[in-house]
Amino acid sequence: MTVQELPGAAAYRPTPPPAWKPITDPAPLLPDPEPYRVLGTDAVADVDPELLLRLHAELVRGRRYNAQATALTKQGRLAVYPSSTGQEACEIAAALVLEERDWLFPSYRDTLAAVARGLDPVEALTLLRGDRHTGYDPRERRIAPLCTPLATQLPHAVGLAHAARLKGDDVVALAMVGDGGTSEGDFHEALNFAAVWKAPVVFFVQNNGFAISVPLAKQTAAPSLAHKAVGYGMPGRLVDGNDAAAVHQVLSEAVARARRGEGPTLVEAVTYRMEAHTNADDATRYRVDSEVEAWKAHDPVRLLEHELTERGLLDDAGIEQAKEAAERMAAALRDRMNADPELAPMDLFTHVYAEQTSQLREQAAALRAELDAEQDHDEHGPEAGR
Amino acid sequence: MTTAAVTADGRPVKAKPATMAQALGRALRDSMAEDPTVHVLGEDVGTLGGVFRITDGLAKEFGDDRCTDTPLAEAGILGAAVGMAMYGLRPVVEMQFDAFAYPAFEQLMSHVAKMRNRTGGAMPLPITVRVPYGGGIGGVEHHSDSSEAYYMATPGLHVVTPATVDDAYGLLRESIASDDPVVFLEPKRLYWSKADWSPEAPAAVEPIGKAVVRRPGRSATLITYGPSLPVCMEAAEAALAEGWDLEVVDLRSLVPFDDETVAASVRRTGRAVVVHESPGFGGPGGEIAARITERCFHHLEAPVLRVAGFDIPYPPPMLERHHLPGVDRVLDAVARLQWEADS
Repeated sequence: MTVQELPGAAAYRPTPPPAWKPITDPAPLLPDPEPYRVLGTDAVADVDPELLLRLHAELVRGRRYNAQATALTKQGRLAVYPSSTGQEACEIAAALVLEERDWLFPSYRDTLAAVARGLDPVEALTLLRGDRHTGYDPRERRIAPLCTPLATQLPHAVGLAHAARLKGDDVVALAMVGDGGTSEGDFHEALNFAAVWKAPVVFFVQNNGFAISVPLAKQTAAPSLAHKAVGYGMPGRLVDGNDAAAVHQVLSEAVARARRGEGPTLVEAVTYRMEAHTNADDATRYRVDSEVEAWKAHDPVRLLEHELTERGLLDDAGIEQAKEAAERMAAALRDRMNADPELAPMDLFTHVYAEQTSQLREQAAALRAELDAEQDHDEHGPEAGR
Repeated sequence: MTTAAVTADGRPVKAKPATMAQALGRALRDSMAEDPTVHVLGEDVGTLGGVFRITDGLAKEFGDDRCTDTPLAEAGILGAAVGMAMYGLRPVVEMQFDAFAYPAFEQLMSHVAKMRNRTGGAMPLPITVRVPYGGGIGGVEHHSDSSEAYYMATPGLHVVTPATVDDAYGLLRESIASDDPVVFLEPKRLYWSKADWSPEAPAAVEPIGKAVVRRPGRSATLITYGPSLPVCMEAAEAALAEGWDLEVVDLRSLVPFDDETVAASVRRTGRAVVVHESPGFGGPGGEIAARITERCFHHLEAPVLRVAGFDIPYPPPMLERHHLPGVDRVLDAVARLQWEADS
């Protein structure tokens, strides 16, 4: 007996499956074909001059901060410093678009964003100095610990924003990641969760051209990183990362959208890492000087300064004033970082668990004895205690 | 076993047979009812009630926001739980199976285990990660791993595993209430094990970090946990015929590890066998044997032996009985504890 001969087979007529339609209309989610710009375009007329001046002062300060932190590394005062020189427009804008109650989720390259948010630079640099992991209370500052494992902070931002929304709190989380980080699984999972949960999150990718040495072309075949948003059902925005006014505007819109309960946005800022990955890296092994020179012509500080002086909003005296303020910040930072941090070896055991296990108590006692012996030796010489 | 016999309002309570799965589900329910910050999230935990039905009824009682079906992505689930905990919630994450928890390892190792330490105590993460683990249920590959050694080797995590119905309820309640992250390993072949138990008046149990002597004895100590406890209890009964009176210690938590109870038992008996399903090489038994030797060397009449799973990827279901430590292997090990030296 064949299927056609089964009882009732004659009555069966194949019909098309139930109608299929896309879950989300992709058209409005697509990023612009070109990075969005404000400086040097008509759009700049709509920007509050006060904001431009504020951005300028912060950019100048940020540039000086990067230079000072790099110098501190050369002097041995920082174990390592991943510089955001050239990316100051992104760092500053990310900090300025947030309200005090919002949360920032920085990566290890984003100490400047934390500082621009008001964090004491010494506290921001504690991790990189190496005397303790996190130099501040994240809940008090609403700045997550600087995150080193790439993109792993993104799901945290989603969970936090989701929790805040469940509680009815008006809190937005802005999470920062680099172009290399977009290849990580956590980037994918975070964006997917955020979109499904409509979590008030802004994912902010600084595409600075390199993941240490690997250029973007070896990282992705996507039309742009912003295009990845469409696959998750959220809007993607592409912006010139060296145009502080444009980054500020695009991030502000994304934050406002999240605040309205409309869900997450992926923002890709196209920028350039002017320095090597860190002081321990040699950028000449993987990129040519002419490329760096080309980006210098599109420097975020110069771009904004040019706009402001062209329009008569800033003169040489104003520029000088901004530089002097930055110098004062740098001098204070240098002085404070030149003091040796107080080390607390016994604290190694204090915050592993709420309550020390018996094993940790034994190990702490052993270290205590070693420290006492060291001190005895230092005070009384090698014969002490024999 | 159960001591409490009255409800909160003083009515007498009759304990009835309950499964470990029911006790675990009740622990989740009671934790959620008591503390509005407790949120359950995972794959299929909502409408379905979990593949083992542990979360059955929670979404209905507390709503989808408290018991949430997530997208299928373990790192995302645990990563989101980290963020939720940062904001003051107390997430309970369900990993569907032992081997499906591996994608969440980076979140667990780099953030969950370390956040209290990274932030100098400012931001502990009260997250419970429930992981059904171990074999013996006829699962095809990737459904029967004993992954406890990985978790044990990560400072900052508590690693807890119940072997009784009372402990399933009591230890899960305590894990959820803990301000530290807990990897809560559920022996899935004991999910359907039964004991008299009363949801209205669950018995109080020893706290996390305390091992319990399940069977006192004088000849030798069997040290075990989770799915291997019933094996050891059965072996101890069978050993009587050989003239051995075995003590059985249920560790209950691998971290914190109760050196005191273990060492006290071995000092009494002078002989010890560690029993677990996890592969022996690099497994918990090596650490436990070393700790016993360090503390009880002069009391030992024989080397500490291990009965463990073979050092092989978990076998296909039709062969798993050859892999899992059973009563005979435990008794063989006991027989090798150099008894001739006594005579």
